Amino acid sequence: MNSVRSLGAWVIKAIIGWGRAGLFLSHALTAVVLVLRRFGLVVQQLFSVGVLTLVIVLVSGLFVGMVLALQGYNTLVDFGAESQLGLVVALTLTRELGPVLTALLFAGRAGSALTAEIGLMKATEQLAAMEMMAVDPMERVVAPRFLAGFLSMPLLAAMFTLVGVIGGHLVGVGLLGVDSGVYWSSMQEGVDAHADIFNGMIKSLVFGFVVTWVAVFEGYDATPTSEGVSRATTRTVVGSSLAVLGLDFVLTSLMFE
Amino acid sequence: MSPVEHANTDPAALVELRNVDFSFGSRPVFENLNLTIARGQVTAIMGPSGCGKSTLLNFVGGRLTPKSGEVTVDGTLMNTSRRKQLYALRKRMGMLFQRSALLTDFSVFENVAFPIREHTDLPEALVTDLVLLKLQLVGLRGARDHMPSELSGGMARRVALARAIALDPMMVMYDEPFTGLDPISMGVIVRLIRQVNDALGMTSIVVTHDVREGCSIADYVYLIGGGNVIDHGTPEQLQNSDSPQVQQFMGGLPDGPVPYHYPAPDYLSELFGEEPK
Repeated sequence: MNSVRSLGAWVIKAIIGWGRAGLFLSHALTAVVLVLRRFGLVVQQLFSVGVLTLVIVLVSGLFVGMVLALQGYNTLVDFGAESQLGLVVALTLTRELGPVLTALLFAGRAGSALTAEIGLMKATEQLAAMEMMAVDPMERVVAPRFLAGFLSMPLLAAMFTLVGVIGGHLVGVGLLGVDSGVYWSSMQEGVDAHADIFNGMIKSLVFGFVVTWVAVFEGYDATPTSEGVSRATTRTVVGSSLAVLGLDFVLTSLMFE
Repeated sequence: MSPVEHANTDPAALVELRNVDFSFGSRPVFENLNLTIARGQVTAIMGPSGCGKSTLLNFVGGRLTPKSGEVTVDGTLMNTSRRKQLYALRKRMGMLFQRSALLTDFSVFENVAFPIREHTDLPEALVTDLVLLKLQLVGLRGARDHMPSELSGGMARRVALARAIALDPMMVMYDEPFTGLDPISMGVIVRLIRQVNDALGMTSIVVTHDVREGCSIADYVYLIGGGNVIDHGTPEQLQNSDSPQVQQFMGGLPDGPVPYHYPAPDYLSELFGEEPK
């Protein structure tokens, strides 16, 4: 009986949480429209959300590309198809690994920072102080971060893919002896601007939206104590990572039938 | 504003609370509370910790709405105010938070400049002048480039005060302004509250449980406890009150109408293991 009751309590709590997140989103989107008039605030956040995440994204992209070339070559060479190495690397990156891995890295690096920052501002009454100064924290704090996260994700994913392709070239051409011209021309023939690059871009836009939404919501909704902020940060990373992986499956099944 | 919103307001009163009921969950905080803050005066709201003093400030600032009853600030009924109206009213209020709540990313100067920059389009030179004026008033013009983390508690509170009065509000609310300060900083804050109130022609609401400091600056005192106003009057009137409740709080007596012991079964019978009846 008790377990049924606690299951019910858990479900109700989860639904309430979704409701709050939904209301929060509608407020945040209204505020985003208003913050467009003060784009300077967004630029500041583009720096701390986007530019500061660039290093980890570039380094990871390089290594992922290099590993893809190694693994892909070993499999392809058995079929005498190593000329297709460029295509394998590029498709894997544009369709899947670029958007997904960037989103996971983004959740860990930028998402957690957003949650912690907003949560601490709440815990130290900075958000309340803004409200009392007739400054809406939704507009001043949340909206610029939301917009910056949404805008930086596709750019970061594109950088990840680009560096990954270069990493694949380094290993495939430099180390394994694939012809450089073949590496690029297989890519040129096989990668479709709409089906592959555009769809990958859509994915990273969706992921950017979800990760940033979870991050700013968790920060804004955090219990205003140090323990509450630390739990909110964990929830951001876990929740947004799972959301990214789940959504990736849904989007992939819709896009690449 | 419709004429209804002006109904029943006393022109000498800046803030009026009428028949306010409020509870946190199932715990009642206020029952039928009535309270008036006069213009141009320093009004202290005193009472034991946890009696809802800070909640009162949240009503006045429009951050909380009472379950029933009316809160009127400068003729505007807070319960029915639209967001725009509420924000317009907040521009004319300052609030000093207990933990100062300075924006940690900004320097002292930028903290005081924050409300000015957010709400006006003044040229930079004028903003600088305004900020320096306010910082001079609280004696921290020399600390303008410090970051909040480099300030002592007393200094941070003075910066927060400078920020609260940056837009020359009609009213400043102080939430426990004396808590956790050394004697010198405390003296500075006590003097500043009075000085700022008189020099800028404002109204001040000071929520505190420090009887001595509260009485030393207040023109009028409300004593709150048990969900309602226990007594109100000038500090002298309260100090000479015959009511045992007032006497207990003003004199800091451990036992009285507010009992020293939390309700418990009989001490001796519990010690000797008898079943509590």
